[in-house]
Parts: sequence; C-alpha cells; structure tokens
Amino acid sequence: MVPTAFAALIAKDLKLFLSDRRAVILAFAMPVAIGSFFGMLFPGSRSTETQSRIPILVVDLDTSDISRAMTAALASDKNLSSESTSIEQARDRVRRGNAAVGIVIPQGFGDAAGRAFFSGGEKPQLQLLYDPSRGMELAMVRGLITQHVMESVSREVFTGERGRKVIDDTIRSLDSAAMPDDQKRLLRDMLESVQRFNAAGNTASTSRTPGITLPYDVREEAMTARQSTNYNGFAHSFAGMGLQFMLMGAINFAIEILVERQRGLWKRLRSAPISKLTLLGSKVGSGTVIGTLVMLVSFGFAILVWGVRIEGSVAGFIGVTIASAVMAASYGLLIAALGKTPNAARGASVLATLLMVMLGGAWVPTFVFPAWLQRVTLIMPTRWAVDGFDAMTWRGFGLSAALLPILVLLGFAAVFWLLALARFRWEEV
Amino acid sequence: MLEVQDLRKSFGTLVAVAGVSFQLEPGRILGLLGPNGAGKTTTVSMIAGLITPDRGDVRIDGQRLSGDTDPLKRRIGLVPQELALYDELTAFDNLRFFGSLYGLTRVELDRAIGTALGIVGLVERARDRVKAFSGGMKRRLNLAAGLLHDPDILLLDEPTVGVDPQSRNAIFDNLDELRRQGKALLYTTHYMEEAERLADRIVIIDHGRVIANDTLAGLTRVGPDVEPKDGRLTLESVFLAMTGRSLRD
Repeated sequence: MVPTAFAALIAKDLKLFLSDRRAVILAFAMPVAIGSFFGMLFPGSRSTETQSRIPILVVDLDTSDISRAMTAALASDKNLSSESTSIEQARDRVRRGNAAVGIVIPQGFGDAAGRAFFSGGEKPQLQLLYDPSRGMELAMVRGLITQHVMESVSREVFTGERGRKVIDDTIRSLDSAAMPDDQKRLLRDMLESVQRFNAAGNTASTSRTPGITLPYDVREEAMTARQSTNYNGFAHSFAGMGLQFMLMGAINFAIEILVERQRGLWKRLRSAPISKLTLLGSKVGSGTVIGTLVMLVSFGFAILVWGVRIEGSVAGFIGVTIASAVMAASYGLLIAALGKTPNAARGASVLATLLMVMLGGAWVPTFVFPAWLQRVTLIMPTRWAVDGFDAMTWRGFGLSAALLPILVLLGFAAVFWLLALARFRWEEV
Repeated sequence: MLEVQDLRKSFGTLVAVAGVSFQLEPGRILGLLGPNGAGKTTTVSMIAGLITPDRGDVRIDGQRLSGDTDPLKRRIGLVPQELALYDELTAFDNLRFFGSLYGLTRVELDRAIGTALGIVGLVERARDRVKAFSGGMKRRLNLAAGLLHDPDILLLDEPTVGVDPQSRNAIFDNLDELRRQGKALLYTTHYMEEAERLADRIVIIDHGRVIANDTLAGLTRVGPDVEPKDGRLTLESVFLAMTGRSLRD
C-alpha cells in the first residue's frame, strides 16, 4: 500500500464531498431536521405542560349530577383537552379531524348507570364518535372514560341524593330481580349498610366520599443513566437519523464509484501502480471519515439544542460511531460492487437501506414491533448501532456495553467488504 | 522500449484480442487503427494494466509488466478516451491528485504540474474548476494528467474525440513535442488523417489480429485491391481495402 496514494485518495474524496453542496446539506442538515422532528414526536417523559393532550368533545344530554361529575372529571384530566359542545358540532369536528373522540352522554344516563351499578340491569350506552385514523388515542380515551365513569357513578350512588333514591329503588325492586335468593340477601344487606352510612351524616352537603377509585398510586422511575436524568427522546431520534443519513451517504458514495467508472476515472486510477486493496481501502476510509462527521455533527446539534447528553462512556460512543461508519462505508462499497449502473444501484439500494433503517429501530424504537420481529431485527446492523448509541447516551452504560455492538458492526463491515471484494469488477475496457 | 508479444484476451465466448504483437521505440508515434470492436481499446487496456491478458506479455526494455503495483507501471502514462477528470476540482487539484498516485513528493509534484500545464497551455487556468472548461481544454488537461509522472511511454486512446480543429492542432503540437523529447507514443484513432499526420508507424488490427504493421509510405504503396481516392492512395483507402466496407456497429 502506498501511504501517499492512500492519503491522496481519501483527501480527494473528502474534497469532492465538500464541494458538492447538495451532498453536504443532505448529510448534515437533513439528519438534524428529521432527528428534531422525530424527537418531538417521541419525547419520552416530559412535563405535563409540554405534553400534547388528546382533544375530546363532550356532549352532555343528561345534565344529571353523574353526567356533570363525569364532564368535570374529563375536563380536569391532564391527558385530555376536553370541551363541551352539541352533538352536531361534535360529529362535524371529529370528522374534520379537530378532535380525536366525541363522548355523547345520553339522556337518563345517570339514573340508568346508578341502577346498573348494583343490580346489573340494563346498562346505558355512552356513544363514542371517533376519528378512525386515531385508533391509539381512542384506546387511551376509552380507558380514561372507564376510570372517570366508575368514580363519578360510585360516588353518586354511595353518597349523592340521586344515589340514595337509586339505593331505595334497588332495595324495593330486589324481590322481583332475577338473581338467586342468597345473592339477593347479601345485596340487600350491603345496600342497607350504605343507607345507614348515609343516614349517619355522610351526605352531599358534608364530606363526600370519593366513591370507587383506583386502589393504588404509581411512583414512576425512569431507568435511565441516573435517577435525576430524564429520558431524552432526541438521543434516540438523532442516533437513528444520523445512522440513516450515514447509510444514505454510503449510497451516494457507491454511485460516485460507479460514475467514476463510467467516466473513465477508474481507468486512470487502475493504471497507477497502486493495489486493489489501496483503492477499495481508501473508499472505506473516506466513507468512514464522512460517516463519522455526519454522526458527530448531528449529535453535536442534539447536545447543544436539545440537551442530549452522553450519559455513558464517551469512548464507547465514539467507538460505536466509528464502527457504524465503517459498516456504512463497507455497505456502500458492496452496493458499488453489485450495481451495474448508477441509476440501477440507486433504486435498489435506497429500498434496502430504508428497510434496514426501519427494522433497525431508527425511526421508532424496536419495542413497538411484535416480539418475533424484535428478534428478527437482530440480523440488521442498524439495530446494533441504534442499541449501541442508546446504551451510551440516555441509558448511561459504560464502555463494556459498547463492545458487543462495536464487534457486531465490524463483523457486518467485514462481511460487506469481503462480498464487495469478491464481486467487484476490476477489468476496465 | 515497449514490446507487445502475442497478447490474447477473451470475454466469455467473444475473442477480443487474438494474438497482437508489435514494438514501439522511443521518440516514435505508433498509430493503432482498426474498425469499431477490432480490439484496439482492449489492447491498450492490457498494456496499461487495466486488464490481465489471457496470454502474452507486455515488456518494457525487456522487463515483463506484471501485477497492479509493478513499478514498471510508472513508465507508462494513460490518456483514456473518456475525459477522466473530476469536474468539481480545479485543474491544479486534479493534477495534484493524479500525480500523488505515483508517489511524487510535494516539490516534485508542483514542478510536474507546472510542466504539464505548460505543455498543454493551461497554466493560466490552473485554479479554475474543470467544469468551467471547454471541451478542448478538458481534452488538453486529460493529456496533461497522463504526463505528470514523466512516463517514457504514453498510451493515447482517441485523445481528440469531440474537439474543435484548434484544440486538435494544439494537441498534435503537444504530441510532436513529446516525440521530440524521446517519449514513445501509442495513439489509437478513427481519424485516418490524424494517423497520416502523426504516426511514424501504423498497426491496423481487425477481429483481434494485426493485419498490417508498416510505415505510412509502406502501406500506401499501390496494391492490387486498393482503389485510389481523388487519384491518389490514401491511408483511408488502404484501411477500407483491408478491413472491408461492412458496418461494424
């Protein structure tokens, strides 16, 4: 290997890269822009002030104590942005996508819910008008409604005026209820106990019990680098996007090799007294330098603007960065070896790259994938790179946690390199 | 100086070169002529080390050329048919890069770049990007890139394709000068008048074989199958008589 030739080949590639404004923008600005966007979409634990609330509309056709309590509870829920409106307005606004769900509380809901609470009679129906494109939000709203309805109805039936009436009515109608006698007796005992409890002074005008509530509180602790450190979604999104544009850069690099071949430049390179190893090695070298720069610039921005921190090993982070860049550059070389023309190579490799990036968890974390897919994605180098970056940033692990991802990435690089070497067309006519 | 001995090369079932031999001496220009697909470029590629011959040798001063890193390759300069230049780089940066591939030191490189640009008349444009050059200027720079390491043998594969008469004449003057300096030039072309103007000796190949190897005077002696053109024998009429008039696309 001729050291000056090797250095000259790398310097030439870097100079060409920097002279191409479009390539530079693609490599440095795009991961920053898209990483910021994805970071905002998947922020992790943020304060409730900045968390986006699900917009819902409430149509109260009942105006009972229970329905008013439900409306108030939904309005005070930190996960929801609730607004009362008419049923026509609710339909129109959900259809337009201005709200995720419209909740219609029908007339008589309070009474019916109170009766159904004890005797299992006919249950009233809450009507949900929902935007079919927002299925995840519908599921969340459904859970929150369950909580607020149970709290409101149970509070009212145990201590409210209407609740007393419901208990009286239920006791009177127990004889004709379709349930076994022993169950009737037990229910009568329970309802009469509630009557005595209310008669003892626990009325709406004094201290009201909270009704049935969730019987536990949750203390959440994010398992990040340190107890005081919050998960920063930008750490993951910038790792993913940095990696994606590293690979996109590798495609450009491959296409440049094919264009060099088309334009006769490869003939000139091959006519010089330099080895094949020097020629291909320099391509991996310059690709690695550019890929490393892309990742460092992206993370530099994330650190300065979005407060991302390398909570783990800095050496490990640099190791994962360089190993990822070597892998990406070798991948580019393989594309150049397999591609016949620049256009053909671009089409196939963009598709392959997007699949690698998507399955590697660069867009969304792999935990949202089905279990079988999570296992399958271990065959993707991108998965190891993303996991390595996560470990070194917000998870805060030490250098030892970076070693396996680094080794696996270098293993992928070696495979790509050997395949490229075997398939590269050396003969120039 | 350059000795090509029985070169052969096949691509699958296609025999591109089937035993080509010739010699080239210092201070001489050898014109390598042939119809499309005759095997000219494959022959040049084997001499330049871009293709490994199936059989036969390329020798320089008796030494056999072998392998990618053979130091003998430093004695050969290639000027490909394509404009093998980086458009985004300046003329100076292009030449500095190509010169670095031959292990020249910075001082040697600066001197060589100055000399090469001087030969092709582009000293004033050294710091301009190649993409701003005309076709003729690019052709001249293409030639300069092959001269940087001061090779003894220059392989020129159709170096005047697509240039205007002024640039073509400038290139001819450059080649005449290089011949005077004692360089050995192998020149492939489709233009018969170029071969007539430049070549000391002409090799015509067809179907991968040498069918003539003589001086211009020797080739244009009256022969039984050659039709004179405008009352005289030209290289073109000799060439057509030897290779036939059927299209070779």
